Amino acid sequence: MFSTSYIIKFTLVMTIIVALVLSLLVSGLKGVHTENESVYNKKGILSAVSQQLGKDINSMGNKEVQELFSTSIDQKVINLKGEVISPEDIKAKTGASEPVDIDWGKEIKKPENERLLPVFTYKSKDNKEYNILYVRGKGLWDEIWGYIAFESDWNTIAGQAFDHKGETPGLGAEIKDNKAWYGQFTGRKIYNPEGEFKSVSVVKGGVKIPDHQVDGISGATITANGVDEMMKRGLKYYESYIQKNKKS
Amino acid sequence: MAEVQVPVKSESSVFSFGKTERRLITDPISDNNPITVQVLGVCSALAVTTLVSKALVMGIAVMLVTAFSNYFTSLLREYIPKSVRMIVQLVIIAFLVTVVELILKAVNYPIWKELSVFIGLIITNCILMGRLEAYAMANKPWKSFLDGIGNGLGYGVILVIIAVIRELAGKGSLMDYKIIGPTSEYALNTMEISWLSWYAPNNLAILSPAAMFIIAIIIWVQRSRNPKLVDIS
Repeated sequence: MFSTSYIIKFTLVMTIIVALVLSLLVSGLKGVHTENESVYNKKGILSAVSQQLGKDINSMGNKEVQELFSTSIDQKVINLKGEVISPEDIKAKTGASEPVDIDWGKEIKKPENERLLPVFTYKSKDNKEYNILYVRGKGLWDEIWGYIAFESDWNTIAGQAFDHKGETPGLGAEIKDNKAWYGQFTGRKIYNPEGEFKSVSVVKGGVKIPDHQVDGISGATITANGVDEMMKRGLKYYESYIQKNKKS
Repeated sequence: MAEVQVPVKSESSVFSFGKTERRLITDPISDNNPITVQVLGVCSALAVTTLVSKALVMGIAVMLVTAFSNYFTSLLREYIPKSVRMIVQLVIIAFLVTVVELILKAVNYPIWKELSVFIGLIITNCILMGRLEAYAMANKPWKSFLDGIGNGLGYGVILVIIAVIRELAGKGSLMDYKIIGPTSEYALNTMEISWLSWYAPNNLAILSPAAMFIIAIIIWVQRSRNPKLVDIS
């Protein structure tokens, strides 16, 4: 039998050792973790314009992604009124020095007058500009989000990349994995010829309005509905910014 | 103090690898498999077996944690007060799981992102506590380490078998290498090869219930073929 004081000392020493080792490990690996996260986000943004890039982003190394991102992507942060936020204000409001490193999942939950939105602009080699907008919503199990790239007319979708936290592989996760599905969005339009916002909806059982609809995923109705809702709501947030830029 | 003296006396046999040691590894893979025979740790077997890559990483992570938690617990077994032994074991497990998670996050971020909460949930995997209580608290460190490797392997092997069946049947791919499916991305394109035109991916295999059927079938096959296990149930 051990005395009570031994037991207390034993647990105390053990907890302190464990805590020490873990905190050393966390602070030691922090640099790698943040870089990995940043590369992951950058890959997400770049895959929205993967067709224009003509390269497979997933086979690129960390360094290559960082370089490609810094040379070809221009980052902006706007508010819901469509005003561009200055870098100092971004830093003061979110604590991140680069828009890509901001936790956009948190940002989208803020009240509308405080909410910020990112605009990433990709400049291709033949000097075309593609604007990539960010949308976020809910799938079946957890959050889903997407980067939607637009042609210079701010209307036609040029590319897209969806991602998710925990959708079922083979069903809901198809929004990220199945090119035949998410590829449907390319070429769709979010405004009708009269200039009304229509978004691109995900429908069951056959597309009737080819410009504004894509086919759903069988077995993943709720995730598909999530994408539908996310596109409608998420792109609407950008409306005033889009209107400003369309005219000029 | 006895713990310190034992290795000095029989230095040559501390890390020996004889028949008993081999049995420590092979037993949990077949006759005493933690999943199919003891039916422990089934919850994670349902959740992370949709893709082979996930199952493989999960199996390796569990093996590392079982091996080292067994080892550390066995090293400390003479000094752990019996009244708080469960708490001590949990601290060791939680510590190792956090280490594994931090390293995985640094080495392969996308896989870490996909496994998300399930790496953390290794802490609650019954195999770990079971091995610490049943084996490591009563055996020497080296043997405990091997026992941990064996049980982790036994868990991982079953996980990978289930994942191979589920990924192949549900998505037509293995390790994300596309094998059979209806587009030209797949090695066997069912749209072009006429005798395969009947094929359609089975979505049921992707859903959790499929893992239950497959585990049950594996248990059934194993029990009916292995005479040692017939009398247990």
